[in-house]
Amino acid sequence: MTINGKAYIVGAYEHPLRKAPNTSVSQLHAECAKGALEDAGLTKDDIDGYFCAGDAPGANVWSMANYMNLKQLRHIDSTDMGGCSYLVHVAHAAEAIALGKCNVALVTLAGRPNSEGSSGTQVRDRGANIPDAPFEMPYSPVTVNLYAMCAMRHMYQYGTTSEQLAWVKVAASHHAQHNPSAMLRNVVTVEEVVNSPMISDPLHRLDCCVVSDGGGAVIVAKPEIARSLKRPLVKITGAGESTKGQMGGNVDLTYSGAVWTGPRAFAEAGVKPSDIKYASIYDSFTITVIMQLEDLGFCKKGEGGKFVADGNLISGVGKLPFNTDGGGLCNNHPANRGGMTKILEAIRQLRGEAHPAVQVKNCDIALAHGTGGALGHRHGSATLIMERE
Amino acid sequence: MTTPAQDRKLRDPSLNPGDQPYFDACAEGKLLIKKCNDCGQTHHYPRPLCPFCFSDKVEWITTQGTGEIYTYSVTRRGGPVPYCIAYVGLTEGPKMMTNIVDCDLDAIKIGQKVKVVFKKTEGGFSVPMFTPIG
Repeated sequence: MTINGKAYIVGAYEHPLRKAPNTSVSQLHAECAKGALEDAGLTKDDIDGYFCAGDAPGANVWSMANYMNLKQLRHIDSTDMGGCSYLVHVAHAAEAIALGKCNVALVTLAGRPNSEGSSGTQVRDRGANIPDAPFEMPYSPVTVNLYAMCAMRHMYQYGTTSEQLAWVKVAASHHAQHNPSAMLRNVVTVEEVVNSPMISDPLHRLDCCVVSDGGGAVIVAKPEIARSLKRPLVKITGAGESTKGQMGGNVDLTYSGAVWTGPRAFAEAGVKPSDIKYASIYDSFTITVIMQLEDLGFCKKGEGGKFVADGNLISGVGKLPFNTDGGGLCNNHPANRGGMTKILEAIRQLRGEAHPAVQVKNCDIALAHGTGGALGHRHGSATLIMERE
Repeated sequence: MTTPAQDRKLRDPSLNPGDQPYFDACAEGKLLIKKCNDCGQTHHYPRPLCPFCFSDKVEWITTQGTGEIYTYSVTRRGGPVPYCIAYVGLTEGPKMMTNIVDCDLDAIKIGQKVKVVFKKTEGGFSVPMFTPIG
């Protein structure tokens, strides 16, 4: 059983707001759903599968399904894998469609961390009954230092430099200059990144993604429906999902769960890293990109720093154009969860609808990969491969 | 440049059933980990079922309180004072999340030998942290 060819992404929408103090989270979800349906040429009552994650009010489907008055639902999934949930959702939607459990699946993401004053240096309350919390919370783990510890080890073990990390941001900024909705549109240099304030060694402010409001949605449908619509055909061909933690104390921060999800997705899609014309790679921090590129097989372990240097991720310049919308580092990171926007830019590239300045020529195969949680303690990973038909 | 480690307010751990002996030992200046009597492996954080073989024949053992820094990061923004989060690989094997304290934060290095010290949280729990030796 495979999902290869069993489902298509027929609708996609990215919310234009980056700060939405006067728009409710439920309204943002619904506006994203509406936008994706209009993009697809479908209506609300065509939806019979609904997927959302912890960013949805109530952290499951009830509130949003009720808010949008989705009446035909026969397949629901509120799998939460943090920021990569939506990549998982698309894969699960394809599985459900392949099994005949639904025909048209809606996936939504939205949130307002920018309006709510969220920051990557905040200690987040983790709730009751978390087994690891008593052994971690006194030490103030926060998003940025959990990734910084990965970067520090990567530098120690492989000789990765701050300048190499900076190249990831530089590439993202080259793309963001063409995106009118991006929060940070100025092109930056390696020097500007390494001279920006140190947040948590070795990560500078410009090694960190933005905090933004907003959201996005996609519609996944069975082949017959996809072919009846007017949009370019984006076929789902492979997927992988996994989690990685501290392994009982055998902590190894040099690799992510992408070492498992990448090979599974490539095998299902029947392609290899060198076939990928465009890659959306989760960029919560610059180190996130370097580790995931290695783990997905775009370069050898430890050589991610060299791989990203000298503009290799810049569309039209390097070998692997990435995050041509500006990514989380420059464009947006709605709900502090970047998986949805990774899918959205991959769809634009496959449809040929990216900004002309960053559109990859003959972009027929794209990959989107995400991380949820934090690479420094526990995280989810998800990979999705799509083809233009 | 030097950045002396400063004392800071520490969050209380919200204990789950089974965690009390660990923090009781901390209050006596001892760092415990769990060891499995079936597979022989040690683990951290402590669980009642071995995370390697799922045996329930696990017991507390007292560590030497020594180890070396596997990785670390000094968080310089966001908090009232800079602090160093780290993973320390204990001499007995497991790596544990902790803070590096009582030192110059700018002189911390991966591979540095460290020993345990205990710091009080706001509510009076003792928690293990580490300081460089030698």
